[in-house]
Amino acid sequence: MITAEQKPIDEIREMIAPYRRILVVGCGSCVAECAAGGQKETAMLASTLRMAAKMHGEEVLIEEMTLDRQCVKEFVLLLDDVIDTYDAVLSLGCGAGVQSVADMYPEVPVIPGLNTEFMGETKDQGYWTESCLGCGDCMLYYFGGVCPLARCSKHLLNGPCGGSMDGRCEVDPDIPCAWQLIIDRLEKLGALERLEMIYPPKDWSLKQGRGPRKIIREDQQK
Amino acid sequence: MKDASRLKRVLEAGEFAVTAECGPPKGADPDVVLQKAEKLKGYVDAVNVTDNQTAIVRMSSLAACALLKDAGLDPVLQMVVRDRNRIALQSDILGASALGIRNVLCLSGDHQCFGNQPQAAGVFDLDSIQFVEVVRNMRDGGVILGGETLAVPPDLFIGAAANPFGDPLAFRAVRLGKKIRAGADFIQTQCIYNLERFEAWLAMARDRGFTERACILGGVTPLKSPGMARYMKNKVSGMDIPDALIKRMEGVPKEKQRDEGIKICVETIERLRDISDVRGVHIMAIEWEEAVADIVEGAGLFPRPDTDQA
Repeated sequence: MITAEQKPIDEIREMIAPYRRILVVGCGSCVAECAAGGQKETAMLASTLRMAAKMHGEEVLIEEMTLDRQCVKEFVLLLDDVIDTYDAVLSLGCGAGVQSVADMYPEVPVIPGLNTEFMGETKDQGYWTESCLGCGDCMLYYFGGVCPLARCSKHLLNGPCGGSMDGRCEVDPDIPCAWQLIIDRLEKLGALERLEMIYPPKDWSLKQGRGPRKIIREDQQK
Repeated sequence: MKDASRLKRVLEAGEFAVTAECGPPKGADPDVVLQKAEKLKGYVDAVNVTDNQTAIVRMSSLAACALLKDAGLDPVLQMVVRDRNRIALQSDILGASALGIRNVLCLSGDHQCFGNQPQAAGVFDLDSIQFVEVVRNMRDGGVILGGETLAVPPDLFIGAAANPFGDPLAFRAVRLGKKIRAGADFIQTQCIYNLERFEAWLAMARDRGFTERACILGGVTPLKSPGMARYMKNKVSGMDIPDALIKRMEGVPKEKQRDEGIKICVETIERLRDISDVRGVHIMAIEWEEAVADIVEGAGLFPRPDTDQA
């Protein structure tokens, strides 16, 4: 899932200040799972903004709507019927959602209401962790299902560094040392010999070598 | 021969090597480097120049190495993978060799969050083991990453660091082995205060045949005060300082504490010299270069061998 957190209310108010008719657009997918931009959060933010506007004596219309998926064109199209009513959209989608709305309605200002964080997991209620960088060449097999690129603070493919103490990372003792997790996993899997191998430098061309990436699947196209 | 690494010559002659550390200044004054060099000259075989240590911006390691080289010392260029990608690292390796620098120490580097530029992007394009292998392939194979050949390969004695006190202990020897297989000629360790743990680590390395393939230099740092010992124990990750040592520092009056720190350091070196697989000592007297001469003399390691005759 893509995780995100809501921007500070003051920052949002500053960005929407020039506009009088604002549609707050939530997203029912990842950002709903991480309680940042789902239906509930969208309703709450819209209500907070309306109250703040009222307190400051500002004449504004703030309404809300939540799409199932803000990053998928066929869902974004649902805005067609309502978008003309507003002079700006405040998007509670991830960065992809914001851009997908902006791309569809080039003449409408689309303002981000979230800070998009990372691809991660829901570990517990209110607790999300980063687990994937989207490198384009998954190596999890070699590392027992723990990604050192995403979870080691120094992205070491041949770790751990000298700062691993009691299974904790030197950057922050709240962070488990990814390499300790890898060693523990490989031991359980009886595959400790994988640690002896020198993993060569990562091929970053698969992530950033030719600019922004795209996937084209002809078998999926009509 | 005079162009080769002095450190390499000393080790090849079977002598117990002595290296020290010189931290470049937070400023552009070359005299700071040269004054440090003056304190070390004659007492050590080579001088490590740290690379923006603890992620604090300082004069570049490469530039300070060139200054030391001109002053007649044998610099060890420390290079961290935190700040430069593979293009810049390989480029600096060629530049270092062109300047007559003959030793390199390949490191991961302290994480950028610890320094004065916490908003910097951490590069970590290569890790330290991959970097060692890249330098070895440049030197021995005359090729850069990707296989293109070099008209003139760099001439460098390749080093790596090891922390016998990091966790997990069993894997520390595996990692040392990887560094040596990648091409490390010499290894400088984290500061040794816990000799038992160091010996346990060294025994693992010996059993796996690593000590025959690379020269291990034990790291030591003289303590200035019990406060410094407590700080290192609690705040510097990967540091192992036994409580008995802190008590010993606390047990002497304030004005004698630095002398006691030097004494402990000399005793550690004496014990390290008795271990056959320890080929030298790396003295990291942090912002206390004048202590190096006392330590080297105290440990009976002065004068340094004249390897030009060798």
